[in-house]
Amino acid sequence: MSTSREKVLGRIRQSLRRGPLEEQTRARLEARLSAHATHSRIAFTADAVERFIDKAQSQAATVARVASAAQVPDAVADYLKSHNLPATVAAAPALRGIEWPRHLTVAFGATRGEHEAAVTPCLAAVAETGSLVLLSGEDSPTTLNLLPDNHIVIVNRSQVVRDFETVWQTLRERDAPLPRAVNLITGPSRTADIEQTIQLGAHGPRRVHIILVDDGEGSG
Amino acid sequence: MQFTSVDFQRNVSKALNDPFLQQALQRGMHGFVGKRADAVSAVPEFEQLRDEARDIKNHTLTYLDYYLEKFEASVTRLGGHVHWASDAREARELVLEICRKAKAKTITKGKSMAGEEIDLNEALEAAGHEVVETDLGEYIIQLAKEPPSHIIAPAVHKTRDQVSDLFHEHHRALGFEQRLTEVPALVDEARQVLRRKFLSADVGITGANFLIAETGSNVIVTNEGNGDLTSTLPRVHVVTAGIEKVLPTLEDMTVLMRVLARSATGQEASTYTTVFSGPRRAGDRDGPEEYHVVLIDSGRTAILGGEFQDILRCIRCGACLNHCPVWGSVGGHAYGWCYSGPMGAVLTPLLKDLEAAKHLPNACTLNGRCEQNCPVRIPLPALLRKLRHRQYEARLTSAMTRYGLRLWTFLATRPALYRLAFAAVARSLRVLGGRRGALSRVPFAGGWTAGRDLPVPQGTTFQSQWRARNES
Ligand code: SF4
Repeated sequence: MSTSREKVLGRIRQSLRRGPLEEQTRARLEARLSAHATHSRIAFTADAVERFIDKAQSQAATVARVASAAQVPDAVADYLKSHNLPATVAAAPALRGIEWPRHLTVAFGATRGEHEAAVTPCLAAVAETGSLVLLSGEDSPTTLNLLPDNHIVIVNRSQVVRDFETVWQTLRERDAPLPRAVNLITGPSRTADIEQTIQLGAHGPRRVHIILVDDGEGSG
Repeated sequence: MQFTSVDFQRNVSKALNDPFLQQALQRGMHGFVGKRADAVSAVPEFEQLRDEARDIKNHTLTYLDYYLEKFEASVTRLGGHVHWASDAREARELVLEICRKAKAKTITKGKSMAGEEIDLNEALEAAGHEVVETDLGEYIIQLAKEPPSHIIAPAVHKTRDQVSDLFHEHHRALGFEQRLTEVPALVDEARQVLRRKFLSADVGITGANFLIAETGSNVIVTNEGNGDLTSTLPRVHVVTAGIEKVLPTLEDMTVLMRVLARSATGQEASTYTTVFSGPRRAGDRDGPEEYHVVLIDSGRTAILGGEFQDILRCIRCGACLNHCPVWGSVGGHAYGWCYSGPMGAVLTPLLKDLEAAKHLPNACTLNGRCEQNCPVRIPLPALLRKLRHRQYEARLTSAMTRYGLRLWTFLATRPALYRLAFAAVARSLRVLGGRRGALSRVPFAGGWTAGRDLPVPQGTTFQSQWRARNES
């Protein structure tokens, strides 16, 4: 195995007509990596929260705004009712702290798709594109984002950021390696593979519903 | 897949005479161009982003060894494994070995052009594994036992009716009796069939749109979410990727991501862009226990550092196919390998076989729309011209073309003779064309006039007009 490795690296250097990089060059490349230089961003003047809502809706996500965290459980229940869904959800263990209404059955943990709806938090919401950023982890299993037909995501106003560059910066500030999966999700799953007709609900959620909690300041 | 580029001319006439294909191309392809144009004109930064995307890719290629070693170290630190494959055979063997060790029965696959390139499915099936493509388009062509005809819309050559037939034929045994005809119903049936496969798969194999050196990640971009399910549910996740996929940082990737979605489908962002880094962590409740990346050379290092290096910037967005009049008329299968259109006409001779693929670089009108729309500014027409040149030098060009070119060179380097000769040709064509002003047969150009008439030149030659203009 290591011989193929040496072979490929050797061919690269041969094609580039040089040997292994000199210390100086390596130091320059190290510096480039740790600088995390950003490039052009997509400029916009709109308020970040308004833009996020706009963009998310344009990608077929739905948005409900609530004034405070205390109203989240009711907003979840309302959503389930309006779609004639059973009063059962799978939820990220990170949401254990919420006071869930008694009539709602909440299963904390991962899912194999036996749940029709899942509720999760997110790391951030990106105004540039209307994307949600979710991290895998003990408190937020990835299967919740993918297998149930309905994905309900709780976004605090303060989590709305302007662009992806801000997300990468936030991730680095956690001072840990990246989690196994960082999901950037923009609306529900879709396909255009049959006659280029867009159809929602290809393999992932058929619906993505965002509950935006208005207390707390937007960082955009 | 069968490699049929050598039969390009036969493939083309078959494609032009296939009413289903022509219908599918007409229905499927008209949307791409307009959607890209809208998405691009909505962001004033787009041209700047293209420059940056090109520069980031060039930078990475210049220090490719450094970034690959960096990537390897980062993956290893997370508990993942990096394997190096110098050619397609080695890549297949590495993946087979991982699947054998995992005692894999069912293997799900996310769309991977690198996988197509190395004929991975055939190898896995021959070794007794059940392989299931999960991108809906790839799944359709897997049922039809066909190769992809487009790098991002693999089944664009199929009509809805043909998909109905395929599903009816293959899903009956799974308890789906009815032949469905509407798109939502067809998508839903495939969802149900594939959901079972996702949940029962032992190994998931995906490609990578990008690899990130600093973080040891592979990035997968899809609209269906099939890449995510393939990477999350099985016990083992294998990534197959060409060595040119690596990028330094997430900030660099962001630029490529912005141009990719807009160029491919005219979206601002694809539905799912996922950054995967290593296997499941202590405490995680889902995700694969093993994470492998197979880095594939298979001809890429031979392109690096040479006159065709620009093609290694390609991010497989499909824009050059969507804007190519030749691709639009004949579809992807005619090209005879997994890559088609302008990027395929460059890559197939270089990665596969210069001689067998000799027709591809010549099947180009040099209209330049591919280059105009390429997000990483690959000068595709120039590369195609260089390939023609290389064919000429390797004596792959037909004797008649070579004589023709030599005769033309002889005349073109002798201006006075050139003027005389072409004035004479124009005159005699005019005489032969008669009152109709067109010829239905021309010596040495039977192939060209078989399908159309040659209009005879009108008026004086360009050179004499130019002279007259400059004198007045
Ligand atoms: S050559 Fe350019 S336009 Fe064509 S697929 Fe590659 S990146 Fe896209």
